[in-house]
Amino acid sequence: MSIKKSALYATATAATLALTLSACGGGTTTGSSSGGGHDPDATVNIGSLYEPQNLDNTAGGGQGVTEALNGNVYEGLFRLTDDGKVDKLLAEDHKVSPDGLTYTFTLRDKVTFHSGKKLTSQDVKYSLEKVIAKDSQSARKSNLEVIQSIATPDPRTVQVKLSKKSISFIYNLSYVWIINSEARELKTSEDGTGPYKLNKWTRGSALSLDRFSGYWGDAASNKQVVFRYFKDANALNNALLTNAVDVVTSEQSPDALDQFKNNQNYKVNEGNSTTKLLLAFNDKVKPFTDAKVRQAVSAAIDDKKLLESVWGGHGKLIGSMVPPTDPWYEDLTAIDTYDTERAKKLLGEAGYPKGFSFTLDTPNYDPHPTAATFITSQLAKVGITVKINTITPDEWYTKVYKNRGFEATLQEHVNDRDLVWYGNPDFYWGYNDPQVTQWVEQAEQSSTAAEQTELLKKVNRKTAEDAASDWLYLYPQIVVASSKLSGYPLNGLNSQFYAYDIKKG
Amino acid sequence: MARYLLRRFAFLLVSLALASVVLFVLLRMLPGDPANALTSVGASAEQIAAARESIGSDKPLPEQFAHWIGQLVRGDLGTSFISSLPVGPEVSARLNVTLPLTAAAFALAVLIAVPAGFVAAYRRRTWYGALLSGISQLGIAIPVFWLGMILIAVFALNARWLPAGSFPPDGWAQPGEASRSLVLPVVTIALVMSASLIRYVRSATLDVLDSDYLRTARALGSSFGQAMWRHGMRNASVPVISILGIELASTLLGAVVVESVFALPGLGSMLATGIAQHDYPVIQGVLFISTLAVLIIGFAADLIQRIIDPRLRAGLSGGVR
Repeated sequence: MSIKKSALYATATAATLALTLSACGGGTTTGSSSGGGHDPDATVNIGSLYEPQNLDNTAGGGQGVTEALNGNVYEGLFRLTDDGKVDKLLAEDHKVSPDGLTYTFTLRDKVTFHSGKKLTSQDVKYSLEKVIAKDSQSARKSNLEVIQSIATPDPRTVQVKLSKKSISFIYNLSYVWIINSEARELKTSEDGTGPYKLNKWTRGSALSLDRFSGYWGDAASNKQVVFRYFKDANALNNALLTNAVDVVTSEQSPDALDQFKNNQNYKVNEGNSTTKLLLAFNDKVKPFTDAKVRQAVSAAIDDKKLLESVWGGHGKLIGSMVPPTDPWYEDLTAIDTYDTERAKKLLGEAGYPKGFSFTLDTPNYDPHPTAATFITSQLAKVGITVKINTITPDEWYTKVYKNRGFEATLQEHVNDRDLVWYGNPDFYWGYNDPQVTQWVEQAEQSSTAAEQTELLKKVNRKTAEDAASDWLYLYPQIVVASSKLSGYPLNGLNSQFYAYDIKKG
Repeated sequence: MARYLLRRFAFLLVSLALASVVLFVLLRMLPGDPANALTSVGASAEQIAAARESIGSDKPLPEQFAHWIGQLVRGDLGTSFISSLPVGPEVSARLNVTLPLTAAAFALAVLIAVPAGFVAAYRRRTWYGALLSGISQLGIAIPVFWLGMILIAVFALNARWLPAGSFPPDGWAQPGEASRSLVLPVVTIALVMSASLIRYVRSATLDVLDSDYLRTARALGSSFGQAMWRHGMRNASVPVISILGIELASTLLGAVVVESVFALPGLGSMLATGIAQHDYPVIQGVLFISTLAVLIIGFAADLIQRIIDPRLRAGLSGGVR
């Protein structure tokens, strides 16, 4: 559902567009655990390419606001752990009615907002309504529209009635920030319950968070974190090399890794990512209406070589939209192997023995142009001519996403569990398989996670066999940090970055 | 002089008014939708429409224009579509970086270029005169980001004397750190700027050195120094000052590349981000302020030229035309 961009200077655009979803949750494990000897009053400088657009995740704050505020400043009723599981956070307990339509939540006691106000069920009601409000830009809006009514029988109890069963409801709640219902101007200020409160946001340069002394849980293991924002990946690496920042949330220049790997002052960590690079066909436009053509294109591209040339040995190959951290993951890389003979045969069967030509709308920031050039040369070998059309993220939204005026495009999709988009025939890539749509709907109505997983595995396999899109590779999630640092998150699930366990020694 | 000042001031106001109209119209003619920056993949048509409504980009253009001008008259540059932060305070925060950066780079460039250009002209037949000329020629060809990266590699990454970039979040409240962070960017801009300035100073000086009046002054008994000071410098500085004005104005926004290399939150990067997001109030605000700055710089350059060169004054005070 959302797209991530590496913000190299040329693409400042992209960075800011921060196409990512607003809400996000996500658990993270911690980095090395080099025990004691840390400074409890340290300031941790975190270097990032993703500055928030504003501070509200229901108003287009983007990827950056999730990274900086999710779990640090704002908390949900639940939180995602690093392996993709859902843990209780502000909810102490919850019960589901036998028909699966009524959820009753008991809130944790003695939780206060940064403003000093006590958390009550009213705040939870307000926060949920904010996500599904008419003007909400939350990426979870459509998922949470199953909410029919919210009751608050007492200050610690919230009762939510759904219009239909939704097995992902609890998971989706981990994306919903609980906000003080009396707080205003949330695009530029905050009032959450997290272990940090906002100190200052200096747009264009930094966002600093101070440890919140009234936090209900374990206090953060550092006194202050400062997110420092960069537009240029080199400038960010230089900042790490000169100790201006202690850690880089997501390394985007593979060439720079060697200078850190061969230096004992730094630690390079590769975690799990959920960001996939897609060659998305417009499945409603000829010749991509024919699955054989899509399969042929997929078979004619050597994903492994592409990944090697872009990321130099980092990252993973995937055979479908599902990253290994999703519960319904299966390794389907065998379905789409690199085989030019098979590609030619499929093209012949589809009626294009001499190939065809198409326009590839290519976002103007890395790695898309590189990938487009690579794909062009690969497809030329089976007679397919690619015309590369370079576009800005803004043009992408208008031309590709809204108007569907494209034949094929390249795009990064950031979030976990986003396989379900293939069940929506109105989505930009136009994949329309009634069976898949039905499975996705049934999966959401499942009573058990096992049932849901089984159905989504079917969706996974079917979309992979149909080559609904060509999933080129899964990005690596590389966190580079000073070796004095420990306790930082390693995985990039939904681009969050929990800072409260970071210890600086 | 008073009449001249008044006329220049009226000209400034009219230019600003015209600029505000042109800015507004041109921006709206660009393809693109500011709501795109707020939506994410997965957004429904309803959400996209809501985004447009929330920022007011769905309102008729005359209404938007009237709104903008209304704010402008009250000294308010409006509010960003994307961040909801007021544009005025952000522009002034960015100017806290850009103005010192530009002013210091400009001063350093003049300090380098004027003596160097003079020597390159006066001693053009010596090896060092030729060398200076050659270096400035080469300097013009050097891309500013490359020079920045080299300086970072040498002085920040290896020698560790200076920070590699970024500006302290508290700005000038940390004067030591803030100044240190500007040293390398200032040197980068100054070196590149002085390379072309040396050429101008050199050619202006050459013109003067070959002039009849300088020879006459020498014949009347002035030493070279006296003649140069009284007649040469004055004449040479007139064309150089127009060039200086243009260089100064272009550095104000042209520092965007340097700002990116050194991760500085300046006006140029604010504009770049604004353009990428189609954040019209931000673009309008930055361009309006920079238009104002350019007009003022042009005015100042003009004024200084008039003070130096009596011939320019004469034209306006009703004398010889």
